[in-house]
Amino acid sequence: MLTIDIAPSLATAALAGQRGDRVLFRGLTLTLVHGQIVWLRGRNGRGKTSLLRILAGLSAPAEGGVLYGGQALPTLAAEWRQRLVYIGHANALKDDLTVAECVRFAAAVQGRQPSQGDIDAALAVWGILPLRNAPVRRLSQGQRRRTALARLALPQPPSIWLLDEPLDALDDEGVQTLCTLLSGQATRGGSVMLTSHQALPLSEPMPTTLDLDALEAPGRAA
Amino acid sequence: MRALFLALLLRDLRLAARRRLDAMLPLVFFVVAVSLFPLGVGPETQTLRQIAPGVVWVCALLATMLSVQQVYAGDQADGSLEQLLLAPQPAIVVAAAKSLAHWLVNGAPLVLAAPVVGLLFDLSPAALGALVISLLLGTPVLSLLGGLGAALTLGLRSAGMLLILIVLPLTMPVLIFGAGAVVAVEAGQSPAGHYSLLGALLIATLIGAPLATAAALRISTE
Repeated sequence: MLTIDIAPSLATAALAGQRGDRVLFRGLTLTLVHGQIVWLRGRNGRGKTSLLRILAGLSAPAEGGVLYGGQALPTLAAEWRQRLVYIGHANALKDDLTVAECVRFAAAVQGRQPSQGDIDAALAVWGILPLRNAPVRRLSQGQRRRTALARLALPQPPSIWLLDEPLDALDDEGVQTLCTLLSGQATRGGSVMLTSHQALPLSEPMPTTLDLDALEAPGRAA
Repeated sequence: MRALFLALLLRDLRLAARRRLDAMLPLVFFVVAVSLFPLGVGPETQTLRQIAPGVVWVCALLATMLSVQQVYAGDQADGSLEQLLLAPQPAIVVAAAKSLAHWLVNGAPLVLAAPVVGLLFDLSPAALGALVISLLLGTPVLSLLGGLGAALTLGLRSAGMLLILIVLPLTMPVLIFGAGAVVAVEAGQSPAGHYSLLGALLIATLIGAPLATAAALRISTE
Protein backbone atom coordinates (compact mmCIF):
# COMPACT_ATOMS: atom_id res chain seq x y z
CA MET A 1 0.00 0.00 0.00
CA LEU A 2 1.23 3.49 -0.79
CA THR A 3 -0.33 6.44 0.97
CA ILE A 4 0.09 10.12 0.34
CA ASP A 5 -0.81 11.35 3.81
CA ILE A 6 -2.73 14.57 3.29
CA ALA A 7 -6.37 15.57 3.53
CA PRO A 8 -8.41 14.12 0.69
CA SER A 9 -10.00 15.83 -2.24
CA LEU A 10 -9.46 12.87 -4.56
CA ALA A 11 -9.16 9.60 -2.70
CA THR A 12 -8.87 5.96 -3.65
CA ALA A 13 -9.19 2.99 -1.35
CA ALA A 14 -7.52 -0.35 -2.11
CA LEU A 15 -7.73 0.38 -5.82
CA ALA A 16 -6.86 -2.35 -8.32
CA GLY A 17 -6.46 -1.88 -12.04
CA GLN A 18 -6.60 -4.64 -14.59
CA ARG A 19 -6.00 -4.90 -18.33
CA GLY A 20 -7.42 -8.08 -19.79
CA ASP A 21 -6.58 -10.78 -17.25
CA ARG A 22 -3.44 -8.99 -16.08
CA VAL A 23 -3.54 -7.08 -12.78
CA LEU A 24 -1.57 -3.85 -13.19
CA PHE A 25 -1.68 -2.66 -9.60
CA ARG A 26 -3.52 -3.64 -6.47
CA GLY A 27 -4.11 -2.13 -3.04
CA LEU A 28 -3.46 1.42 -4.18
CA THR A 29 -4.66 3.88 -1.56
CA LEU A 30 -3.91 7.49 -2.19
CA THR A 31 -5.25 10.92 -1.55
CA LEU A 32 -4.66 13.99 -3.65
CA VAL A 33 -5.40 17.30 -2.00
CA HIS A 34 -5.62 20.87 -3.17
CA GLY A 35 -2.26 22.42 -3.82
CA GLN A 36 -0.57 19.09 -4.44
CA ILE A 37 1.18 17.88 -7.57
CA VAL A 38 1.75 14.15 -7.90
CA TRP A 39 4.22 12.76 -10.41
CA LEU A 40 3.06 9.28 -11.32
CA ARG A 41 5.98 7.10 -12.33
CA GLY A 42 6.45 3.54 -13.45
CA ARG A 43 7.85 1.40 -16.18
CA ASN A 44 6.05 0.98 -19.50
CA GLY A 45 2.96 -1.16 -19.08
CA ARG A 46 2.84 -0.66 -15.31
CA GLY A 47 -0.58 0.96 -15.47
CA LYS A 48 0.02 4.72 -15.30
CA THR A 49 -2.46 5.52 -18.06
CA SER A 50 -4.90 2.94 -16.70
CA LEU A 51 -4.75 4.57 -13.27
CA LEU A 52 -5.38 8.03 -14.69
CA ARG A 53 -8.31 6.69 -16.74
CA ILE A 54 -9.78 5.08 -13.62
CA LEU A 55 -9.36 8.31 -11.66
CA ALA A 56 -11.06 10.21 -14.48
CA GLY A 57 -13.93 7.75 -14.59
CA LEU A 58 -13.18 6.51 -18.10
CA SER A 59 -12.44 2.97 -16.89
CA ALA A 60 -13.83 0.95 -14.03
CA PRO A 61 -11.41 -0.31 -11.37
CA ALA A 62 -11.11 -4.06 -10.84
CA GLU A 63 -11.40 -3.44 -7.10
CA GLY A 64 -11.91 -0.44 -4.85
CA GLY A 65 -13.31 2.92 -5.79
CA VAL A 66 -12.55 6.58 -6.34
CA LEU A 67 -14.02 9.40 -4.29
CA TYR A 68 -14.02 13.07 -5.23
CA GLY A 69 -14.71 15.20 -2.19
CA GLY A 70 -16.35 12.16 -0.63
CA GLN A 71 -18.60 11.50 -3.62
CA ALA A 72 -18.31 8.35 -5.70
CA LEU A 73 -17.39 9.06 -9.31
CA PRO A 74 -20.55 7.69 -10.97
CA THR A 75 -22.73 9.96 -8.83
CA LEU A 76 -20.48 12.97 -9.13
CA ALA A 77 -22.43 16.21 -9.53
CA ALA A 78 -21.98 18.25 -12.70
CA GLU A 79 -20.37 21.03 -10.71
CA TRP A 80 -17.62 18.65 -9.62
CA ARG A 81 -17.17 17.16 -13.04
CA GLN A 82 -16.48 20.65 -14.38
CA ARG A 83 -13.50 20.68 -12.07
CA LEU A 84 -12.00 17.51 -13.43
CA VAL A 85 -9.66 17.99 -16.37
CA TYR A 86 -8.21 14.95 -18.11
CA ILE A 87 -5.78 15.29 -20.99
CA GLY A 88 -4.73 11.94 -22.39
CA HIS A 89 -2.12 10.76 -24.86
CA ALA A 90 -4.33 11.81 -27.75
CA ASN A 91 -4.70 15.54 -28.16
CA ALA A 92 -8.44 15.51 -28.93
CA LEU A 93 -7.97 17.97 -31.79
CA LYS A 94 -9.72 18.02 -35.14
CA ASP A 95 -7.52 18.58 -38.18
CA ASP A 96 -10.17 20.72 -39.88
CA LEU A 97 -10.76 23.07 -36.97
CA THR A 98 -8.57 26.04 -36.17
CA VAL A 99 -6.47 26.24 -33.04
CA ALA A 100 -8.85 28.73 -31.40
CA GLU A 101 -11.90 26.65 -32.32
CA CYS A 102 -10.35 23.56 -30.73
CA VAL A 103 -9.62 25.38 -27.48
CA ARG A 104 -13.11 26.88 -27.40
CA PHE A 105 -14.71 23.49 -28.03
CA ALA A 106 -12.61 21.77 -25.36
CA ALA A 107 -13.72 24.41 -22.86
CA ALA A 108 -17.36 24.11 -23.94
CA VAL A 109 -17.29 20.35 -23.42
CA GLN A 110 -16.12 21.01 -19.89
CA GLY A 111 -19.03 23.40 -19.38
CA ARG A 112 -17.13 26.66 -19.68
CA GLN A 113 -17.65 29.55 -22.07
CA PRO A 114 -14.37 31.46 -22.30
CA SER A 115 -14.32 34.81 -24.07
CA GLN A 116 -12.23 35.33 -27.19
CA GLY A 117 -9.86 37.37 -25.01
CA ASP A 118 -9.45 34.45 -22.61
CA ILE A 119 -8.68 32.09 -25.49
CA ASP A 120 -6.19 34.50 -27.02
CA ALA A 121 -4.50 34.93 -23.65
CA ALA A 122 -4.25 31.15 -23.21
CA LEU A 123 -2.76 30.76 -26.69
CA ALA A 124 -0.32 33.58 -25.95
CA VAL A 125 0.81 31.76 -22.78
CA TRP A 126 1.73 28.79 -24.97
CA GLY A 127 3.26 30.96 -27.69
CA ILE A 128 0.79 29.89 -30.36
CA LEU A 129 -1.33 33.03 -30.63
CA PRO A 130 -0.08 33.67 -34.21
CA LEU A 131 -1.51 30.24 -35.09
CA ARG A 132 -4.98 30.91 -33.66
CA ASN A 133 -6.66 30.78 -37.09
CA ALA A 134 -4.47 28.01 -38.50
CA PRO A 135 -6.08 24.62 -39.09
CA VAL A 136 -4.73 21.95 -36.78
CA ARG A 137 -3.62 19.83 -39.74
CA ARG A 138 -0.84 22.36 -40.42
CA LEU A 139 0.62 22.16 -36.92
CA SER A 140 3.67 20.23 -35.81
CA GLN A 141 3.35 17.62 -33.05
CA GLY A 142 4.69 20.07 -30.49
CA GLN A 143 2.24 22.77 -31.58
CA ARG A 144 -0.61 20.25 -31.38
CA ARG A 145 0.39 19.35 -27.84
CA ARG A 146 0.52 23.04 -26.93
CA THR A 147 -2.97 23.49 -28.38
CA ALA A 148 -4.29 20.54 -26.36
CA LEU A 149 -2.72 21.95 -23.19
CA ALA A 150 -3.86 25.52 -23.90
CA ARG A 151 -7.09 25.00 -22.00
CA LEU A 152 -5.04 24.68 -18.83
CA ALA A 153 -4.22 28.37 -19.24
CA LEU A 154 -7.88 29.43 -19.41
CA PRO A 155 -9.39 31.10 -16.35
CA GLN A 156 -10.91 28.35 -14.23
CA PRO A 157 -11.89 27.52 -10.69
CA PRO A 158 -9.59 25.31 -8.59
CA SER A 159 -9.74 21.94 -10.25
CA ILE A 160 -8.08 18.56 -10.51
CA TRP A 161 -5.87 18.02 -13.54
CA LEU A 162 -5.09 14.48 -14.66
CA LEU A 163 -2.41 14.75 -17.35
CA ASP A 164 -1.07 11.75 -19.25
CA GLU A 165 2.43 12.42 -20.55
CA PRO A 166 1.86 16.17 -20.94
CA LEU A 167 5.54 16.74 -21.75
CA ASP A 168 5.30 14.64 -24.92
CA ALA A 169 6.60 16.58 -27.92
CA LEU A 170 7.13 19.75 -25.87
CA ASP A 171 10.40 21.66 -26.20
CA ASP A 172 12.19 23.20 -23.20
CA GLU A 173 10.16 26.37 -23.46
CA GLY A 174 6.93 24.36 -23.52
CA VAL A 175 8.01 22.33 -20.48
CA GLN A 176 8.75 25.58 -18.65
CA THR A 177 5.33 26.96 -19.59
CA LEU A 178 3.68 23.82 -18.27
CA CYS A 179 5.64 24.05 -15.01
CA THR A 180 4.51 27.66 -14.58
CA LEU A 181 0.90 26.60 -15.10
CA LEU A 182 1.30 23.70 -12.67
CA SER A 183 2.66 26.06 -10.02
CA GLY A 184 -0.22 28.44 -10.63
CA GLN A 185 -2.69 25.58 -10.38
CA ALA A 186 -1.26 24.53 -7.00
CA THR A 187 -1.21 28.11 -5.76
CA ARG A 188 -4.89 28.69 -6.49
CA GLY A 189 -5.93 25.52 -4.71
CA GLY A 190 -6.04 23.04 -7.54
CA SER A 191 -4.23 19.74 -7.71
CA VAL A 192 -2.47 17.75 -10.41
CA MET A 193 -1.57 14.15 -11.10
CA LEU A 194 0.59 13.62 -14.14
CA THR A 195 2.61 10.89 -15.74
CA SER A 196 5.95 11.53 -17.34
CA HIS A 197 9.09 9.62 -18.12
CA GLN A 198 10.99 12.90 -17.97
CA ALA A 199 11.84 14.54 -14.67
CA LEU A 200 9.68 17.58 -14.06
CA PRO A 201 11.79 20.72 -13.51
CA LEU A 202 9.42 21.99 -10.86
CA SER A 203 10.39 23.10 -7.38
CA GLU A 204 7.40 25.09 -6.16
CA PRO A 205 5.55 23.08 -5.06
CA MET A 206 7.83 20.07 -5.06
CA PRO A 207 5.95 17.23 -6.77
CA THR A 208 5.11 14.17 -4.70
CA THR A 209 6.27 11.01 -6.44
CA LEU A 210 4.00 8.01 -6.72
CA ASP A 211 6.00 5.12 -8.12
CA LEU A 212 3.87 2.24 -9.34
CA ASP A 213 7.00 0.08 -9.51
CA ALA A 214 7.10 0.29 -5.70
CA LEU A 215 3.77 -1.47 -5.43
CA GLU A 216 3.51 -5.24 -5.33
CA ALA A 217 4.38 -6.88 -8.63
CA PRO A 218 1.44 -7.29 -11.01
CA GLY A 219 0.16 -10.72 -11.86
CA ARG A 220 -2.74 -12.59 -13.34
CA ALA A 221 -6.26 -12.02 -12.10
CA ALA A 222 -7.62 -14.77 -9.88
CA MET B 1 -26.85 20.50 -21.07
CA ARG B 2 -28.00 22.63 -23.99
CA ALA B 3 -24.55 24.24 -24.26
CA LEU B 4 -22.81 20.89 -24.83
CA PHE B 5 -25.51 19.78 -27.27
CA LEU B 6 -25.17 22.96 -29.32
CA ALA B 7 -21.37 23.03 -29.15
CA LEU B 8 -21.12 19.44 -30.40
CA LEU B 9 -23.79 19.90 -33.05
CA LEU B 10 -22.18 23.07 -34.39
CA ARG B 11 -18.72 21.47 -34.34
CA ASP B 12 -19.90 18.50 -36.38
CA LEU B 13 -21.71 20.75 -38.85
CA ARG B 14 -18.61 22.92 -39.15
CA LEU B 15 -16.46 19.85 -39.75
CA ALA B 16 -18.89 18.62 -42.41
CA ALA B 17 -18.82 22.03 -44.09
CA ARG B 18 -15.03 21.86 -44.23
CA ARG B 19 -15.04 18.32 -45.59
CA ARG B 20 -17.73 18.93 -48.17
CA LEU B 21 -16.60 16.12 -50.44
CA ASP B 22 -16.79 13.54 -47.64
CA ALA B 23 -20.16 14.88 -46.54
CA MET B 24 -21.58 14.65 -50.06
CA LEU B 25 -20.50 11.07 -50.75
CA PRO B 26 -23.60 9.38 -49.23
CA LEU B 27 -25.85 11.69 -51.26
CA VAL B 28 -23.89 10.96 -54.42
CA PHE B 29 -24.10 7.22 -53.69
CA PHE B 30 -27.86 7.55 -53.15
CA VAL B 31 -28.46 9.40 -56.43
CA VAL B 32 -26.17 7.12 -58.45
CA ALA B 33 -27.56 3.89 -56.96
CA VAL B 34 -31.19 4.97 -57.48
CA SER B 35 -30.40 6.11 -61.02
CA LEU B 36 -29.03 2.68 -61.94
CA PHE B 37 -32.41 1.00 -61.54
CA PRO B 38 -34.27 2.72 -64.40
CA LEU B 39 -31.25 1.95 -66.59
CA GLY B 40 -31.15 -1.68 -65.53
CA VAL B 41 -34.87 -2.41 -65.39
CA GLY B 42 -35.81 -0.55 -68.55
CA PRO B 43 -38.13 2.34 -69.37
CA GLU B 44 -41.42 0.56 -68.59
CA THR B 45 -43.10 3.24 -66.47
CA GLN B 46 -45.54 0.91 -64.72
CA THR B 47 -42.68 -1.30 -63.52
CA LEU B 48 -40.64 1.71 -62.45
CA ARG B 49 -43.55 3.13 -60.45
CA GLN B 50 -44.01 -0.22 -58.72
CA ILE B 51 -40.38 -0.62 -57.67
CA ALA B 52 -39.71 3.05 -56.92
CA PRO B 53 -40.69 3.11 -53.20
CA GLY B 54 -38.61 0.06 -52.35
CA VAL B 55 -35.63 1.12 -54.46
CA VAL B 56 -35.49 4.66 -53.08
CA TRP B 57 -35.90 3.47 -49.50
CA VAL B 58 -33.29 0.69 -49.78
CA CYS B 59 -30.80 3.10 -51.36
CA ALA B 60 -31.48 5.65 -48.60
CA LEU B 61 -30.89 2.92 -46.04
CA LEU B 62 -27.61 1.84 -47.64
CA ALA B 63 -26.43 5.44 -48.03
CA THR B 64 -27.08 5.98 -44.34
CA MET B 65 -25.17 2.82 -43.42
CA LEU B 66 -22.20 4.05 -45.44
CA SER B 67 -22.02 7.34 -43.57
CA VAL B 68 -22.93 6.19 -40.09
CA GLN B 69 -19.73 4.20 -39.64
CA GLN B 70 -17.78 7.41 -39.10
CA VAL B 71 -20.08 8.94 -36.50
CA TYR B 72 -17.86 8.06 -33.53
CA ALA B 73 -14.77 6.53 -35.16
CA GLY B 74 -13.03 9.86 -35.76
CA ASP B 75 -13.73 11.11 -32.26
CA GLN B 76 -12.40 7.89 -30.79
CA ALA B 77 -9.24 7.96 -32.91
CA ASP B 78 -8.25 11.51 -31.95
CA GLY B 79 -9.25 11.33 -28.27
CA SER B 80 -12.28 13.64 -28.56
CA LEU B 81 -14.67 10.90 -27.47
CA GLU B 82 -12.93 10.57 -24.11
CA GLN B 83 -13.35 14.28 -23.55
CA LEU B 84 -17.02 14.14 -24.54
CA LEU B 85 -17.66 11.32 -22.09
CA LEU B 86 -15.97 13.31 -19.33
CA ALA B 87 -18.28 16.27 -19.87
CA PRO B 88 -20.38 17.26 -16.86
CA GLN B 89 -23.49 16.36 -18.86
CA PRO B 90 -24.60 12.76 -19.38
CA ALA B 91 -23.43 10.90 -22.48
CA ILE B 92 -26.99 10.83 -23.77
CA VAL B 93 -26.49 14.48 -24.77
CA VAL B 94 -23.49 13.45 -26.86
CA ALA B 95 -25.46 10.64 -28.52
CA ALA B 96 -28.40 12.95 -29.32
CA ALA B 97 -26.22 15.73 -30.72
CA LYS B 98 -24.18 13.34 -32.86
CA SER B 99 -27.31 11.70 -34.29
CA LEU B 100 -28.91 15.05 -35.11
CA ALA B 101 -25.69 16.23 -36.77
CA HIS B 102 -25.54 13.00 -38.76
CA TRP B 103 -29.13 13.42 -39.92
CA LEU B 104 -28.64 17.08 -40.89
CA VAL B 105 -25.50 16.25 -42.90
CA ASN B 106 -26.54 12.91 -44.37
CA GLY B 107 -30.27 12.28 -43.90
CA ALA B 108 -31.74 15.68 -44.77
CA PRO B 109 -30.01 15.84 -48.19
CA LEU B 110 -31.56 12.44 -49.03
CA VAL B 111 -34.99 13.84 -48.19
CA LEU B 112 -34.35 16.88 -50.39
CA ALA B 113 -33.04 14.75 -53.25
CA ALA B 114 -35.94 12.29 -53.09
CA PRO B 115 -38.36 14.26 -55.33
CA VAL B 116 -35.69 14.53 -58.02
CA VAL B 117 -34.82 10.84 -58.02
CA GLY B 118 -38.54 10.03 -57.78
CA LEU B 119 -39.01 11.68 -61.15
CA LEU B 120 -36.75 9.04 -62.67
CA PHE B 121 -39.44 6.51 -61.74
CA ASP B 122 -42.32 8.59 -63.10
CA LEU B 123 -43.88 8.95 -59.64
CA SER B 124 -46.99 11.12 -59.39
CA PRO B 125 -46.78 14.39 -57.41
CA ALA B 126 -48.83 12.77 -54.61
CA ALA B 127 -46.46 9.80 -54.46
CA LEU B 128 -43.45 12.14 -54.48
CA GLY B 129 -44.97 13.97 -51.53
CA ALA B 130 -45.50 10.69 -49.67
CA LEU B 131 -41.91 9.69 -50.44
CA VAL B 132 -40.59 12.95 -48.99
CA ILE B 133 -42.78 12.73 -45.87
CA SER B 134 -41.90 9.09 -45.25
CA LEU B 135 -38.18 9.84 -45.63
CA LEU B 136 -38.56 12.87 -43.38
CA LEU B 137 -40.00 10.64 -40.66
CA GLY B 138 -37.83 7.60 -41.37
CA THR B 139 -34.31 8.89 -41.99
CA PRO B 140 -33.93 10.30 -38.44
CA VAL B 141 -34.70 6.78 -37.19
CA LEU B 142 -31.94 5.45 -39.43
CA SER B 143 -29.49 8.02 -38.03
CA LEU B 144 -30.42 7.16 -34.45
CA LEU B 145 -30.18 3.39 -34.99
CA GLY B 146 -27.02 3.84 -37.02
CA GLY B 147 -25.48 5.84 -34.18
CA LEU B 148 -26.30 3.00 -31.82
CA GLY B 149 -24.69 0.47 -34.17
CA ALA B 150 -21.63 2.69 -34.57
CA ALA B 151 -21.26 2.94 -30.78
CA LEU B 152 -21.70 -0.81 -30.31
CA THR B 153 -19.04 -1.66 -32.89
CA LEU B 154 -16.59 1.09 -31.98
CA GLY B 155 -13.02 -0.14 -32.10
CA LEU B 156 -13.94 -3.63 -33.28
CA ARG B 157 -12.35 -5.33 -36.24
CA SER B 158 -14.73 -5.49 -39.22
CA ALA B 159 -16.78 -2.82 -37.48
CA GLY B 160 -18.32 -1.66 -40.75
CA MET B 161 -19.76 -5.04 -41.66
CA LEU B 162 -20.83 -5.78 -38.09
CA LEU B 163 -22.60 -2.45 -37.90
CA ILE B 164 -24.59 -3.22 -41.01
CA LEU B 165 -25.50 -6.68 -39.73
CA ILE B 166 -26.66 -5.26 -36.40
CA VAL B 167 -28.54 -2.24 -37.70
CA LEU B 168 -30.18 -3.53 -40.89
CA PRO B 169 -32.61 -5.90 -39.11
CA LEU B 170 -33.61 -3.08 -36.75
CA THR B 171 -34.45 -0.83 -39.69
CA MET B 172 -36.84 -3.28 -41.36
CA PRO B 173 -40.01 -1.68 -39.88
CA VAL B 174 -38.90 1.75 -41.14
CA LEU B 175 -38.26 0.33 -44.58
CA ILE B 176 -41.63 -1.46 -44.67
CA PHE B 177 -43.73 1.47 -43.47
CA GLY B 178 -41.70 4.07 -45.40
CA ALA B 179 -42.04 2.29 -48.72
CA GLY B 180 -45.58 1.28 -47.78
CA ALA B 181 -46.68 4.91 -47.49
CA VAL B 182 -45.71 5.58 -51.12
CA VAL B 183 -47.27 2.32 -52.30
CA ALA B 184 -50.49 3.27 -50.51
CA VAL B 185 -50.64 6.64 -52.27
CA GLU B 186 -49.95 5.00 -55.63
CA ALA B 187 -52.85 2.61 -54.92
CA GLY B 188 -55.16 5.50 -54.08
CA GLN B 189 -55.22 4.77 -50.35
CA SER B 190 -54.43 7.00 -47.41
CA PRO B 191 -50.82 6.87 -46.17
CA ALA B 192 -51.87 8.21 -42.75
CA GLY B 193 -51.48 4.84 -41.02
CA HIS B 194 -47.95 4.44 -42.35
CA TYR B 195 -47.07 7.98 -41.27
CA SER B 196 -48.43 7.27 -37.79
CA LEU B 197 -46.37 4.11 -37.48
CA LEU B 198 -43.26 5.89 -38.75
CA GLY B 199 -43.92 8.68 -36.27
CA ALA B 200 -44.31 6.15 -33.47
CA LEU B 201 -41.04 4.49 -34.49
CA LEU B 202 -39.35 7.89 -34.49
CA ILE B 203 -40.62 8.71 -31.01
CA ALA B 204 -39.64 5.30 -29.64
CA THR B 205 -36.18 5.56 -31.21
CA LEU B 206 -35.74 9.13 -30.00
CA ILE B 207 -36.37 7.95 -26.46
CA GLY B 208 -34.48 4.66 -26.55
CA ALA B 209 -31.57 4.99 -28.98
CA PRO B 210 -29.62 7.83 -27.29
CA LEU B 211 -29.84 6.01 -23.95
CA ALA B 212 -28.57 2.77 -25.45
CA THR B 213 -25.93 4.61 -27.49
CA ALA B 214 -24.65 6.38 -24.37
CA ALA B 215 -24.28 3.04 -22.58
CA ALA B 216 -22.54 1.51 -25.60
CA LEU B 217 -20.11 4.43 -25.81
CA ARG B 218 -19.14 3.99 -22.17
CA ILE B 219 -18.52 0.28 -22.72
CA SER B 220 -16.58 0.87 -25.96
CA THR B 221 -14.18 3.34 -24.34
CA GLU B 222 -13.44 1.20 -21.27
